[in-house]
Amino acid sequence: MSMVEFRNVTKRFGASTVLNGISLDIQAGEVVVVVGPSGSGKSTFLRCINVLEAIDGGDLVVDGQSVRGDAARVRAIRREAGMVFQQFNLFPQMTAIENVMFGPIHTRGLPRRTAREEAEALLAKVGLAERMNHYPSELSGGQQQRVAIARALAIKPKLMLFDEPTSALDPELRHEVLKVMRDLAEEGMTMVVVTHEMEFARRVGSRLLFIDGGEVAHDGPPAELLANPPSQRLRDFLQHVA
Amino acid sequence: MDFDWSVVWAAVPNLIDGTLMTVKITLWGLVGGFILGALAGVARAYGHWALSGVAQVYIGIIRGTPIVVQVMFIYFALPLLVKGMRIDAEVAAIITLMINSGAYIAEIVRGALLSVHKGLREAGEAMGLPFRKILLHIIGPVALRRMIPPLGNQCIISLKDSSLFIVIGVAELTRQGQEIMASNFRAVEIWTAVALVYLVLTGLMALGLRFAEKRMRIL
Repeated sequence: MSMVEFRNVTKRFGASTVLNGISLDIQAGEVVVVVGPSGSGKSTFLRCINVLEAIDGGDLVVDGQSVRGDAARVRAIRREAGMVFQQFNLFPQMTAIENVMFGPIHTRGLPRRTAREEAEALLAKVGLAERMNHYPSELSGGQQQRVAIARALAIKPKLMLFDEPTSALDPELRHEVLKVMRDLAEEGMTMVVVTHEMEFARRVGSRLLFIDGGEVAHDGPPAELLANPPSQRLRDFLQHVA
Repeated sequence: MDFDWSVVWAAVPNLIDGTLMTVKITLWGLVGGFILGALAGVARAYGHWALSGVAQVYIGIIRGTPIVVQVMFIYFALPLLVKGMRIDAEVAAIITLMINSGAYIAEIVRGALLSVHKGLREAGEAMGLPFRKILLHIIGPVALRRMIPPLGNQCIISLKDSSLFIVIGVAELTRQGQEIMASNFRAVEIWTAVALVYLVLTGLMALGLRFAEKRMRIL
């Protein structure tokens, strides 16, 4: 069974069609890198998977459950899919470790002690053990994003969604976030990553989706697509992001 | 003219009674106002359209009419409209302050809730939390910190507004001042003393406010 199945999915915002009949499967263990020009629908593609956007047509099945189900089903899907945002979206009133403990306590009903132990281990994993009692405002962008990754991992998802995780970061802080993501990929985590980091796509991605005008224009191995772009559109796009 | 302190000393027992009544009306009025305001504010920010509409009408009526008219209506008109209803001046004053401050607090609550970055809500949703928990644990605490300055403002306004309840004869501080003055005609001493008591009360509120702001960093 596929982890994610898009079945002729359409999504509209008002009069404009953002996703125009997308069909594809994502298997467990894949690292899918999604690229495309701004406004192409790539973020919407990602946000439909954990139902932050509701689809208008077709069906989308995540870990065997349709996104068209009731509120309880939708919450179940979201607990299987961790999300990392461009703007981090850490809870500002909580320290790093409280951010990471929050999900397990409130979604899995974990006792605080266990949640704290798990959170400590996760923060150590993203290299922030000694920063766990800092508030988000006291952390750099790269550190905040690593806390956000730990927070998403804390609900023990089967799938991780990244929405331009390095786009709000200074160039010298990007590598620390990308390294955490690469480690995660090497552990076998299923990942869908919307990004402009072509180097990451080439080295870590197992599959590249080029979305343009609400459609998947290309779908294939990253190294091949990037070395020999099969279309002028992809060539143009690569020139702009390089 | 000379400022005669003995006049003030003689008035102290009555001024204390008035102060206690003012504090009582303000305190209960604000407790009710906070509850009403929180409910109406959440309804306005996130409620079903019907619920939000009810809250909007409530806020519109209260903000659109003077508090003196509101208390007169509740004390004099309501018992005529509702057969067999009797209302005591103190209760009328407390109820008026509740619904009056509640309307303003509702707008403070709504504004603070809507000012919280929507990414925080999405982060909670993405974890699979129901909206109730997101509001209680994520948006609420951030919004609460932003509400402190305007809420403090409203507390001070409500305390001073309670002086307008003089019109229904409830024995709050201003009414006490008026009665003492009517018996001894010492306007300078009495109104100075009354003003000082209000200053002390609002000063204490301002201090409490500053303490709350220090305790909770505004995010």
